[in-house]
Amino acid sequence: MQFHRPETLESALVLMADRPVRILAGGTDFFPALGGKTLCEPVIDLSRVDGLSGIMKQDDLWRFGATTTWAHIAKADLPAMFDGLRQAAREVGSIQIQNAGTVAGNLCNASPAADGVPPLLSLDAQVEISGGAGVRVLPLSKFITGVRKTELRPGELVTAILVPDRPKTCSAFLKLGARRYLVISIAMVAVALELDAAGTISGLGIAVGACSAVATRLPGAEARLIGVTPDPVTLKARLGEEDLEGLAPIDDVRARASYRRNAARELICRAIVKAARGGA
Amino acid sequence: MALVDVEAPAGVSFLLNGKPVHLDASPAARLSLALRERGEAKDVKVGCDAGDCGACTVLVDGLPVCSCTTALGQVDGAHVETQAGLVANDPQARALADAFQRHQAAQCGICTPGMMVSAVALLRENSAPQEAEVLDALGGVLCRCTGYRKIIDAVMDVNGKAEPVPVEARAGEITSGVGAAIARIDGWPKVSGSERFGDDVAPAGSLVVKVIRSPHHHAAFELGDLGAYRRVSGLDLVMSAADVPGQNRFGVIPGFEDQPMFAEGETRFKGEAVAAVVGQADVVAALDLSAFPVTWTPLPHALVPNEAAKVANLHETRANNVMCRGFVRHGDPEAAMPAASVVVEGTFSTGFIEHGYIEPEAAYAERRGERLEVHCCTQAPYMNRAGLAGLLGLSERAIRVVPTAVGGGFGSKLDLTAQPYAALAAWLTGRPVRITYSRGESIASSTKRHPSEISMKIGATADGTILAVEFDGTFNTGAYASWGPTVANRVPIHASGPYRTPNYVARSAGIHTNTAPAGAFRGFGVPQSALAQEPLYDEIARALGIDRLEFRRRNALQNGDPTVTGQVFTQGMGIIDCFDALEPHWKRVVAEAEAFNASADGQVRRGVGVAGGWYGCGNTSMSNPSTIRAGITKEGKVVLHQGATDIGQGSNTVITQIFATALGLPVEAITLVGPDTDVTPDAGKTSASRQTFITGNAARLCGEALRARILRLGNVSDGAVLKIIGATIIAHDAAGERVIDIASLEPDNGSYVLETIESYDPPTSPLDENGQGEPYAVFGTTAQMAEVEVDMALGTVKLLRIIAAHDVGKAINPLLVEGQVHGGVAQGIGLALMEEFLPGRTENLHDYLIPTIGDVPPIDVLILETGDAHGPYGAKGLGEHCLIPTAPAIINAITDASGAKVRHMPATPDKVLQAIRECSAAH
Ligand SMILES: Cc1cc2nc3c(=O)[nH]c(=O)nc-3n(C[C@H](O)[C@H](O)[C@H](O)COP(=O)(O)OP(=O)(O)OC[C@H]3O[C@@H](n4cnc5c(N)ncnc54)[C@H](O)[C@@H]3O)c2cc1C
Ligand code: FES
Ligand code: FES
Repeated sequence: MQFHRPETLESALVLMADRPVRILAGGTDFFPALGGKTLCEPVIDLSRVDGLSGIMKQDDLWRFGATTTWAHIAKADLPAMFDGLRQAAREVGSIQIQNAGTVAGNLCNASPAADGVPPLLSLDAQVEISGGAGVRVLPLSKFITGVRKTELRPGELVTAILVPDRPKTCSAFLKLGARRYLVISIAMVAVALELDAAGTISGLGIAVGACSAVATRLPGAEARLIGVTPDPVTLKARLGEEDLEGLAPIDDVRARASYRRNAARELICRAIVKAARGGA
Repeated sequence: MALVDVEAPAGVSFLLNGKPVHLDASPAARLSLALRERGEAKDVKVGCDAGDCGACTVLVDGLPVCSCTTALGQVDGAHVETQAGLVANDPQARALADAFQRHQAAQCGICTPGMMVSAVALLRENSAPQEAEVLDALGGVLCRCTGYRKIIDAVMDVNGKAEPVPVEARAGEITSGVGAAIARIDGWPKVSGSERFGDDVAPAGSLVVKVIRSPHHHAAFELGDLGAYRRVSGLDLVMSAADVPGQNRFGVIPGFEDQPMFAEGETRFKGEAVAAVVGQADVVAALDLSAFPVTWTPLPHALVPNEAAKVANLHETRANNVMCRGFVRHGDPEAAMPAASVVVEGTFSTGFIEHGYIEPEAAYAERRGERLEVHCCTQAPYMNRAGLAGLLGLSERAIRVVPTAVGGGFGSKLDLTAQPYAALAAWLTGRPVRITYSRGESIASSTKRHPSEISMKIGATADGTILAVEFDGTFNTGAYASWGPTVANRVPIHASGPYRTPNYVARSAGIHTNTAPAGAFRGFGVPQSALAQEPLYDEIARALGIDRLEFRRRNALQNGDPTVTGQVFTQGMGIIDCFDALEPHWKRVVAEAEAFNASADGQVRRGVGVAGGWYGCGNTSMSNPSTIRAGITKEGKVVLHQGATDIGQGSNTVITQIFATALGLPVEAITLVGPDTDVTPDAGKTSASRQTFITGNAARLCGEALRARILRLGNVSDGAVLKIIGATIIAHDAAGERVIDIASLEPDNGSYVLETIESYDPPTSPLDENGQGEPYAVFGTTAQMAEVEVDMALGTVKLLRIIAAHDVGKAINPLLVEGQVHGGVAQGIGLALMEEFLPGRTENLHDYLIPTIGDVPPIDVLILETGDAHGPYGAKGLGEHCLIPTAPAIINAITDASGAKVRHMPATPDKVLQAIRECSAAH
């Protein structure tokens, strides 16, 4: 059994070149997926790689290092555009999971219920991928392609999540589950919102998770609500069933599809109100 | 840096609880496993291996993480702290351990390491946290026993009184005996990290057993060349039905022993055992089980009772897959029903409920010559011994069962689970053998609460008097009988609820299907029937315009009223007292909810619900004695042989308090031994709310008998005060002081100078063909209220408070009573709102949801002590009662708030919203 703890990105990439390996970050998806099986492939632990963790702003771009943990994000001093992301961070599993689980691990694991995805999607986040052939950047909306499927190729790592700075944006995240902690979402919604001087919605990103194989933006709903005042009654009156067409929820043990669709609509309205009120 | 493929150097070095260690294990191994098996840190518990339960929480450089989702290699050079290390080294952790003791925040103790480690991380940042902060910090650790509230109290009171609950003697009075809220006698090991559970006792190097299980709900199978597989895989042994020396059948009810240790030719549920492999731990861990030589032919299956008639009989002698039926008839319900002014009826269902104890089944066995020793987490050591003897073809005396600490049981650890596999392997190999179920195995193969499908009809007169009840309940009993017959019998006796029901008929049936066996789970079917009866009571009260509490109170059984089995209690029926105790709270909370609903915008509506419950303590119309032995050694040590297994409910403490009081000595003077079938007599099983009542009575009799002998020896009066100092007993009464020199007495036997053994068996009578008779000597009663908020657009339910009134006769230890109630309420919350086991789909703790610390609201416990002629010092049982009214009270509160009538559990947001819409469509 090989277990590597590379300290630089280059050595990590060399270790991964030309052979199947298992990448380990916080381990919170890695070990549960392993179950009782024993590992055969070499394991590359990213937790020691220099420069892979932490949040930085360079010019107009926020950079979340791949191994930045949810606990780190929850406690970080970030502008209002990341309120939704920070609210999501606090909803990931439990303190134990937040202390270990990483933002890139959440995206790479590509669960339909990954709480990190909607807030990042609503902010037009991009994924920075490094491999033997260099660095490429993909929009998050293109990176996750299906349940447990991503655009990552063999030999590649996610090195960072990049988010364009939007000083005027406020945001919110709402998660619906059948219990308070340690819960897989029945549905969750993130919104990123800009208001004009009159207090009406001038810019809007809405992303919904757990209601389709991959969390998705709802451009129809976004367009519908531009120019609207963010109060619950107006929002509900404006937002129709047809605006949720991008969703394809399924029936499962947690809820039926029809419930999810209804809950998504309700949560979108509530999240917009919450974001507009500055998180309250 | 050279990046060639090299095997990583063996082992990982780090600081463990302040000391440098080097663990010789694969760096990719789970940290939890390495700490437990290589680092001797058995205080790190494993409940799921998937991050779901938090029992394995450790601090890595100060941060709490799950050690089961951390690789050993990831802590290279780090500082890892565990519960035992923290309590030993960190004064704040030590203070927390005291607070846990004071508040009885540990019941079984299996979650305690994870709770305390998480709490220490919080307290290091914030020594006086608010409740919300405590919830966030502990939200990742599941507890199935305590209902969390005492844990919250303990963390918030960490800097409170440093000593456990005071046991100082007030003038002449023994304040550690009956009635004293003392800390758990066996609590310190749980809060300091030295407690040893089922998986903690095997010696290093023991062989490991792993069971091969059916992946199909129903299948025929053939085993291939097991010998060849054994040789190729480097195993010590492969076992199957052919290796079972005795009868390949076990069970818990005479005449219903129908479950094989290994299936023969056909498996009847997904997860049933067909074979087991035995070998060195690393060999078994590395096995490729997909190569195990077994071929499966799936067969048609039934997973619910209404499919059962369409499949072949699971057991030859049980036609149409009916395992057994229960029946009670009283008065003439068919004739009375038409005379009722109001008749309500409905159909109700509940799903499989998993016990969800945090400790999976585990056992360790060792052969000693022609005897076999089995250490295991169990609720029923003597029954386990009998079952093992049958399987192994040994006499019962050839087997010793030594219960370890039990990390939660709730009924499922009555049955044999893992024990036979370790026992047989140890018998055949002559080597120490251990087994621990994975969470998936535990959920797939252990017994469950019976799913129920109930139809019920209730008629009442215009003045709100119950006239007649008709009840029909079908219970899915799974592939094997287990405790199914008990459920079928208990339900008709209890389905009236604790109410006067002059005309009554109740039928029940246990139906076999291809699922895990349904067995004993807190309440044996009664929580299910209460979920039909109590909502229907609300409908009648509403139809008649009578206050819902008042309606129940009017119909509540009183002393002198016959129950539905015709039993008349002249004393001890305390249900009215429970409703009376709730009444002031009820009035206030109902008014508050009305005011809230009048003022709020309607998105969230408040509601209040109430339900009653009762439960007969002990076995139904059957002898179920307990025996207690005690003695005084020549050195003056008073030893209590206490065989009632303490699964967290507290019998070690309660039985000792009773015995000490009867004897007339403080609890501190008593030394406990056992349970252990070689040294403690049979105190029966820990179930049916029988230990405090039945074993408690045996302990009282035993204490009284020992006291009587001492009084005779000293020739002192009944009221004499006893003291033991060294090897002398000092007896003091009005006539003066007598000194008895123990060493000068003729010893009773090699162990004790004075020894007494006493038994108690409650008086009951058999039921006739109409279910009439005296099934129990004692019923405990309860009434609970739930206050909820329902989100009308999402169907989510937020619990605000539960108020629970319990007539316990006499609270032997009020803190333990509160703990039982809190834990039962939490399980009732799960039953009402989130829990459902679906075979093959929810076999882990993230799809099978039990309440977390954020799901249990404040619980007010109103303890009523109305006494009882049969109970020791008037005490009744309590374990099952706590859970019975909780779910119906919540469901009734949801209806009160929103109009939603949820009839099929659990009331998930989806179902609540659907019911809200059905209700508004109907209006
Ligand atoms: C009890 C529990 C509760 C949970 N609750 C939630 C929840 O509420 N919401 C939620 O969204 N998630 C939840 N999760 C899932 C998980 O914690 C998160 O997805 C977490 O962010 C995963 O990060 P990690 O660092 O632990 O990933 P790991 O487990 O280390 O890795 C996950 C996967 O991603 C790959 N990977 C990791 N990092 C990289 C990288 N940089 N480049 C390429 N591949 C990479 C790994 O190979 C692996 O396949 C929960 C998990 C558990 C065990
Ligand atoms: S054992 Fe690690 S979380 Fe359950
Ligand atoms: S005390 Fe928490 S699980 Fe038993």
